[in-house]
Amino acid sequence: MSGTGTFLWTFLKRDKWMLLWWILGAAGLYVVTCYSVDQLYTTQQQYDEAAASMEGNAAFIAMAGPPRALDTLGGQTAWQTTAFGAILVGLMSMFVVGRHTRAEEEAGRDELLRASAVGRYAPTTAAVLVAAVANLLVGLLVSVSLTAYGLAGADSFGLGLGATAVGWFFTGTALIAMQLTASTRSAYGVAGIVIALSYVLRAIGDVGNGVLSWCSPIGWYQAMHQFSGLRWWPMLLLLAGAGVALTTAYSLFGRRDYGSGIVATRPGRPRARRGLLSGEGLAWSLQRGAVLGWAGGMFLGGLAYGAIGDDVKALIGDSQTSQDLFVQAGDDLVTGFYGTSILMLAVICAGFAIASALRPRGEEENGHLEVTLATALPRSRWLLGHVLVTVGGTALVLAVAGLGLGAGYLLVTGDGEAAWSFSWPVLQYLAPVLVLSGFARLLFGVLPRWTVLAWAPLAFSAVVMLFGDLFQIPQWLQDVSPFEHLPMVPAEDFDWAPVLVVAAVALALSVAGQMAFRRRDVH
Amino acid sequence: MTDERVIDIRGLVKRFGSFRALDGLDLDVGPGEVHGFLGPNGAGKSTTIRVLLGLLRRDGGEVRLFGGDPWSEAAALHKRLAYVPGDVNLWPNLTGGEVIDLLGRLRGSLDEARRQELVDAFELDPTKKGRAYSKGNRQKVALVAALASDVDLLVLDEPTSGLDPLMEEVFQTYVDQFRDRGHAVLLSSHILAEVEQLCDRVSIIRAGKVVESGTLADLRHLTRTSISAELERPPTGLDALEGVHDLSVEGTRVRFQVDTARLDAALQALLPAGVRSLTSQPPTLEELFLRHYGDDLP
Repeated sequence: MSGTGTFLWTFLKRDKWMLLWWILGAAGLYVVTCYSVDQLYTTQQQYDEAAASMEGNAAFIAMAGPPRALDTLGGQTAWQTTAFGAILVGLMSMFVVGRHTRAEEEAGRDELLRASAVGRYAPTTAAVLVAAVANLLVGLLVSVSLTAYGLAGADSFGLGLGATAVGWFFTGTALIAMQLTASTRSAYGVAGIVIALSYVLRAIGDVGNGVLSWCSPIGWYQAMHQFSGLRWWPMLLLLAGAGVALTTAYSLFGRRDYGSGIVATRPGRPRARRGLLSGEGLAWSLQRGAVLGWAGGMFLGGLAYGAIGDDVKALIGDSQTSQDLFVQAGDDLVTGFYGTSILMLAVICAGFAIASALRPRGEEENGHLEVTLATALPRSRWLLGHVLVTVGGTALVLAVAGLGLGAGYLLVTGDGEAAWSFSWPVLQYLAPVLVLSGFARLLFGVLPRWTVLAWAPLAFSAVVMLFGDLFQIPQWLQDVSPFEHLPMVPAEDFDWAPVLVVAAVALALSVAGQMAFRRRDVH
Repeated sequence: MTDERVIDIRGLVKRFGSFRALDGLDLDVGPGEVHGFLGPNGAGKSTTIRVLLGLLRRDGGEVRLFGGDPWSEAAALHKRLAYVPGDVNLWPNLTGGEVIDLLGRLRGSLDEARRQELVDAFELDPTKKGRAYSKGNRQKVALVAALASDVDLLVLDEPTSGLDPLMEEVFQTYVDQFRDRGHAVLLSSHILAEVEQLCDRVSIIRAGKVVESGTLADLRHLTRTSISAELERPPTGLDALEGVHDLSVEGTRVRFQVDTARLDAALQALLPAGVRSLTSQPPTLEELFLRHYGDDLP
């Protein structure tokens, strides 16, 4: 183990900013949730209404956890944060452990260090310690800030330190995953699946008879019943599980060769499939993962909105602020809420569209473009392949978000007609979303070194959407956001004219970017 | 096609901002020729290659590739060439075999039999993903993709910096075969032994200009040969000869360097002193190279 201390300091120094953001982000989830619940429900009657509506909603229970004491601030906070908080600390632990163990090993940097006078286990132990300390900090930060906010101290510590214990558990499982495969990516895949499975098992258990919830570390965390009769013993399960996982990981580490995994690497294809052998095929194979990942994520996001059903009023309470935020159009609360939700989903999808439009810049920066364009593939055709993937992928991601929303609504209310009317309108936002990706493409063509600016319009549009009326941003400035020009269907009536105008702007930006790219130097 | 110049560059200028990366560069490569392109980092080798590949637009001068314009006719001309960059970056999620097939198809030609032969000769595992290859193996992937194509020109930018000596030999064998089929190669390299082994002509580039160009024999002519001799009597008159440098006489042992063009006169001056033994060393490419770059070292 000699050298562990040195590694620990080096890792902490290297990771300080990353760790800071993770810790603040994870702890922030708890604190912000507590604060916003407190703002949303101002009277006990509102708490009672919200609790009644949520307790009967299976989709909410599947998403968050077993409903307990939802008529209190602490109960609401615990219910809304435990599952997602557990996922956050799980991901943080996974990345901390992965980047100092398997990633270093795969890159070959680790070899240099191991050749010097350090113990075999030193880097691994230091990585585990970093993760352990980070999780402890999250837990303490949550405990102290919630106590300071005025929630019961013991329960606050139960919520915070429970998160620490879940983080330690996932540190152990992540370390096992790092021993299994030689590739960092697949190791992250395995570790991520463990977290996802823990979430899904408890979702099924919470909706059903509860048995499966006891098979999940997230279920154990929630079984501590924070703010509804706190009990500490389920935390022992987490600590014991973390111990077993870490012991297993160390024993696997001792058994495998340097640079290899317990599971042998599966050979890839010796020859290319026909589908890959073109500019378009290459673009699709490079972006496929992102398209499918975003589609999956946006489906779940849509589902989460849709699962609110028609009980919108109980959920958002009576406060004027939350009504301004969540119901931006129309007189009817439900259609107004969904018109706003659809817009929010579309703005999130723009994140995919911009990232996808910037993918060609990534190809240029890492040197792939030079090799690609040295073949007989014309520049314009190469870029067009990526444009097609961006446009098609964006349409898919938007459509799937709408489908998720409709499906969630249908499941909860059984009202097919309304579900459909909440599903399709998201597609009208293809036009403004493509304006943002077209702007990114224009930057790629004209100012390739400044492509990071492509994110500015998204940030601007999001601010206008969320706070435009709240902050009384002048209308002419709000109109710069392409989303502002479309009616908020279904709260307002659909109209082709603005959609076509915005689409024309998107086309013009994209074409200008493509033409500029044909004329510029490639580096 | 037989008489066509493969690469014909005259007075090429390329500016990045106010910096003149290429400052009136000339380069000429014909069919059946392996042309060595020598120069230190930053001299403009890669910039020249990128202009040739139509990735950069020239600011001045004439550039012809197979008689065509490499910028406006890039895609059509690229059917006739294959390129191996110095730092090969492969797509992390594609296997080596997939990359070879992809580049071959995009180029328009891939000789199946030669592809298999090259994969075997370079001992390449085509089932590994790009992220799992070492630097040398990434280079092998790019080399197999290039050498398996039916093209008339190979553009190689320091293609062997990660290869071991065995693979270096395989590489040289295939480049020789390629040339023997009547095709041209532009080989940018730091490895002077490789250039001496493979190249018919070399161009030495410095600060964006070609400072020396010709066959190795031509270039050697411009440099000094080292002579050391054991004589019967101390020599006379050597120190007065033009073109003799670093003369050292210790009794009957004599060492000096002589401009290769004045070799004859120097030997004539030795003969009267009675030559017992004599060794002469032709200039190596290293010396050639250093002569052009060593000059104005601080």
